[in-house]
Formats: sequence, structure tokens, C-alpha cells
Amino acid sequence: MTTTEKPAARVVLGDEAVALGALHAGVTAAYGYPGTPSTEILEYLLRTSGPGPKVAWCANEKTAYEAAIGVSMVGRRALVTMKHVGLNVAADPFINSALVAIGGGLVVAVADDPGMHSSQNEQDSRYYADFARILCLEPSDQQEAYAMTRRAFDLSEQFHIPVLIRLVTRLAHSRSVVIPAQPQAESPLGVLPDGSEWTLLPANARRRYADLLDRQPALLAYSEQAAVLQLASSELGVITTGIARNYFLEYQAELDYQPSHLHIGTYPIPIEAVRQLAGHVDRIVVLEDGYPYVERLLRGLLPEPVPIDGKLNGRVPAAGELDPDVVRQAIDGEDRRPADLPDLAGRPPQLCRGCPHADSFHALIDAMVELEGPLVCSDIGCYTLGALPPFRAIQSCVCMGASIGMARGAVDAGYRPAIAVIGDSTFLHSGMTPLLDAVADDTDLTVLILDNHTVAMTGTQPTLVPSDRLPVIVQGLGVDPDHLHVLRASHKGEADLVAAIKKEIAHRGVSVVIAERACIEAVKRIRKERS
Amino acid sequence: MKMDIILAGVGGQGVLSVSAVIAGATARLGWQVKQSEVHGMAQRGGAVSAHLRMADGPVFSDLIPRGRADLILSLEPMESLRYLEYLSPTGTIATDIEPVSNIDNYPDLDALLQSIRTARASILVDATALARQAGNVKAANMVMVGAVAHMLPVTEEALISEIHRTFDRLGEKVLQANLEAIRLGIVAGAANRSYPATA
Repeated sequence: MTTTEKPAARVVLGDEAVALGALHAGVTAAYGYPGTPSTEILEYLLRTSGPGPKVAWCANEKTAYEAAIGVSMVGRRALVTMKHVGLNVAADPFINSALVAIGGGLVVAVADDPGMHSSQNEQDSRYYADFARILCLEPSDQQEAYAMTRRAFDLSEQFHIPVLIRLVTRLAHSRSVVIPAQPQAESPLGVLPDGSEWTLLPANARRRYADLLDRQPALLAYSEQAAVLQLASSELGVITTGIARNYFLEYQAELDYQPSHLHIGTYPIPIEAVRQLAGHVDRIVVLEDGYPYVERLLRGLLPEPVPIDGKLNGRVPAAGELDPDVVRQAIDGEDRRPADLPDLAGRPPQLCRGCPHADSFHALIDAMVELEGPLVCSDIGCYTLGALPPFRAIQSCVCMGASIGMARGAVDAGYRPAIAVIGDSTFLHSGMTPLLDAVADDTDLTVLILDNHTVAMTGTQPTLVPSDRLPVIVQGLGVDPDHLHVLRASHKGEADLVAAIKKEIAHRGVSVVIAERACIEAVKRIRKERS
Repeated sequence: MKMDIILAGVGGQGVLSVSAVIAGATARLGWQVKQSEVHGMAQRGGAVSAHLRMADGPVFSDLIPRGRADLILSLEPMESLRYLEYLSPTGTIATDIEPVSNIDNYPDLDALLQSIRTARASILVDATALARQAGNVKAANMVMVGAVAHMLPVTEEALISEIHRTFDRLGEKVLQANLEAIRLGIVAGAANRSYPATA
């Protein structure tokens, strides 16, 4: 891409707008781990950036984040992407990266999932930005996602902090026009910084933390000037954050008065702007997707000087995502939901026809048929659908890698048999360390690794190592080769798989059975790409 | 002017391609377009929907308010009723009548089609059969685009150009099947409109 030519308008997802913003901000490297609804950020870069920046999927969000810090350390710009629960995995480097002297812009784009379309919880990443004491930018539409991402790199360099971009599903996965600005060139490689600003020994860390605290007023001053305050009617003040603005603007056109409106897209919360609004109106409605983050700060602990409506008094549902109807009802109190809706059979997601996981689950069920109350802990992936009919084969799914650790705990507590079922990519992400624990303690545990050669759920991204390396890794962790089996997950191979699982459940010690066959969606994609 | 469409179907049916063709052609008119999609777990054989909003003025919300959609465009009959609360009382339901019965408790098809006919104005098309006739059963989604072409803010020619843009890279055979599919859909859409008795 040349830097003189202005790129044309294009229709992109919110995720893709972030990617384009990073590209046009001269990003040197982008890292991430796939996770709905964040996956399309890196996918877009992989598809469009050509010989430009380094773009790589990583083993997990923590390793991705650490690579990004390294890019920043040598003076260049880095983007790191993940879904909201991924930031839990990357929390250690994330929080600590606020204490080092960020050089090249470091931007972490995190996609929250209010309503849990494809997630285990609806945690709100704005708390993380607050926790780390850094800036958080929350775009309201695709154009803003583009512009804010570009700005985030500048702000990161200006204030020497990582900057968090918070997306939500409805923006991440909604498509609209983005008009890009002139792209910027990549920054040159910097000189090595003073090591004491990057080595968080207590003495250094105390100094760096004091410095971070000193920068807080400047961050607040920035978010004060970024706040959009319109004082109009004194009857009602509406505070919106992120995409709540769109729902409010949609409804405002129908109102016969204009409420006063404060839009917050930059955090820390602009205190002066909130005070101005509160001083002008008789009632405040807070509209924010996710947790009542702004609302809780507004309410504080003491009696409210201004009545506040939001998630904490039930005016807005405490769980789930906002939508235009929730916002209308929050403002005028009227429930417009139609009463007489057809009662339809549900259609939950299910494993694809021909999915290797289905064969693995059939084999597992067969292998366990004579056992009394086997515990099957499972994990995050397409195979979590093994909890639903017709399989009902697994009893837990908590977080990436938890299957192995939880099964180990159950064994330690005296339960037998305990089996862990985990996919190949989830194993590489967070399953290796708990298996190491089990080996070290010679836990009486059987791990079934469902190896479909891909990260299937998020759209068949490649796994980090080819399938034939997986047994080598398992052995390297110390699993006895006599209790490690690699078998094909297929209808034809079912009897062998059943026999191996049965034998290893009976074995008193750590055992691993790898049930291997490529995801049919991945096979289709590869075939399509070749043709 | 505005046009709000709920697109519905089962994961894997090509709901997003329907959205892409309609949105692409309408954006070329200079209209504002927002298209909210479903990715991730729900795509695996489950119920999927997308909100497509188009207007000659600004479009704020990515989601359609309940009771405001002009059209439910569905690739599966039962799925066409799942989002009924979004449809305006004067809106239309257009759907392929070929069921995807990947669940045990699929309702009786005739009763289902009857409840669609009584719910709103409807366009019920055997799109899967017409797509097969066009040479590619996967083109049922483009049959349905044809079936509602008369309601859209763009001309049939604009939709056909958009199909060229979308399917050119997939080879001549796929392109021709999709072009034939939209042509068959346009004819079938005109022949299969019905209105509830009370209207």
C-alpha cells in the first residue's frame, strides 16, 4: 500500500474496521487467539495485509499479549486481539504492561459478548481497563471503530500505556460503510529503552506505578474532552456508552422532546461531564451494554442527589444485551413486547453431519456403558455440544483447559473414574499445564483429546502444530507411551477407540487417548481454497 | 424511505449471502446499510438470523426494533415464524417451504404453512425445488431473493449485477445456476403471494 493514495470507502464488520484502523496506523505486528466475537479482526488482517505486518495466531491470549509487548518495547506498533474471557488468560501481562514504559503503540482489542451469543459469561472489559488504570475506547459504530483504533495507537504512545478497545458482539459482527483516512507508515525500529523502565523488580515497579498514578489526571483530562454532552430538556438526562448511543438516537427521533444526552466513548469516566449533566436534569437513565459500570460509579454508596434509572433498579434488564426495545422501555417505561407469539420448537446448534466428534462421543459412551457414574469434564469448543442430546456425554465446561484440571481435582477428592475431554487447540492453549500437573502427581486420570486438526468453532483457523506432533508433545509432558494411543475418530474405527478408552479408564494412572480426524468444515475450506 | 429485513434460516443455508446481495445492491443506490450477522456457535446447524437495515437517511441501530420489520425473508418455513415479533403488522413473510427437519419435534408442515398464511401477507415458494431445477440446490437462497425482488428498493437488474459480483469468482456453472435461480424466484414470487383472510 502506498501512503499517498487515499483508500476507498468499504463495507466492513466492526471487527474488520478495527483491523483496517490498525493497518492504517502502521501496525508492525498483530497477534491473537480466535474467539467469537473477536476472530474476524485477525482474519481480516491475514486476508488483506499481504506482505505488510506480521499477523499470527498464537497458542493463547497470554502468549499473544506478551509478543505484542515485545513489539512495543522496541518502538513499533502492535495490536493484540481476543474475546472478553481471553483477557482473563492474558490478565497477567495486560495489567503489568500498564507499568512499563510503553514505546510503540500497544492496542488490545477485546470483544465482549453481552447476551452470551457464543460465550460462558458476559464479563465487561471496561473493568479491566479501570483495573489496569489505562484508557479504554468504546466505539459506537464501524467508522468510530476504525478511527478509534487509529487514535488508540497515538494515545498509547502519548501516555505510554496500553490502550484497550472494547467492542461488543453487535458491533463486532455488524457490517457497514467505513471511510478510511490516509494510511500512516510503519514506525522505524526504536533504540533499546532503559531496562529499569521494563524490569518490574519491586523498586522499579514502585517507581513505575507512581508514574502511572501521576499520569491519571492527564488520562481523565483526555476523556473529559472526548465526552459528547448536549444539554437540552431538564426533564431527562440520558447517558449512553458505545452502541447504546445508536439505540437511543433511533428512539429520540420519535420523542416530542429532546432529552439531555451525554455519550461516553472514552474512559476513565469523564467526571466533569457527568456532573454537568446531573446538575441540569431531574432524572438520569444510564444505557450501557454489559455490566452497570458507569451506573455503579454514578450511584456510589450514598443517597442519590438525582434519581438514576438503569440496570441496578431493574429499569433496564440486568442481564443480556441492549436493543432498541430495551432502550425505549428504559426511557418511557412502556412494555411493547407482543403477547401472542407462536410457540416454536427450539433449534439448538448441533455437530455437523459427518463431524469426527460425533464418532468420538459414540465411542466414549460405549466405553463407559458398564461404568457407574463416570465423571466427564469437558472444555471449550464445538465438542461442548456433546452436552446436548443425542450424546449427553459431558458434564462440565468452565474455561479453556479446565477439563483436565477439574478431572484431576475430582480424582484427588476420591471420585473414580474421571475423564477429561478436550480438543486439540484447547489442549495447546491451556491443557498442557494441567496435564503436567497430573503427570507429576501420577493422577488416576484419562484424557481424551479430540484432534480435528483445527480451531473449528471459530471458523477453522489452523492449529499451532500439525496433528502428528501432538503425540510427541503429550509424551514430552511425561505421559507413559504405553498409555498413549492415537486412533481414528470414525464409524469404522469405533471398536478400536472404544477398546482403548475402556482399557485406559481401567488403568490406574495418567493415560491419554487421541481421537483424530480432520474437521469436515476445515476439509471443505481447504478444498475450496485449492480449487 | 427505509426497508428493514429480518433474514432467517438454519446455519449453513446461506443466509449471509442473501444479505450480502441485497445489501450490496442497495448500498450502490447510495442508501445507508447496516447488516447485523450471526457468527460462532449458533452457525452449527442451529437457528440463525440477521438484521438488514437500509434507508435513504441515517441508520442508527444495528438491530431492528420489534414490530418494525418490513419483511421476514426466510430460507426455512419454521424459522420464518421465530422472529415474528419483529415484523410490522403490515409486513410480509417470504419463505422457502422446504423444511430442514434436523430436530425431533418438527411441527406438521401443512399446519405450519397455514399459520404463516394467517399471520401476515406471505410469499411461500418451493425455493429448494426451483434451485434444483436451476442446477444447484444451494441456490435456493437466490430463488428467495428473486421472490421478494419486487419489494426491494433496487431493480431486478441491480440484483442480477450483484449476483454477478458475488458469484463470478466461483466459476461459470455456479454463477449461471444462481442467475437462473433468481429468475425462477422472480416468477414464483409473483405467483405465490397470499394475504390473510381478515386483511
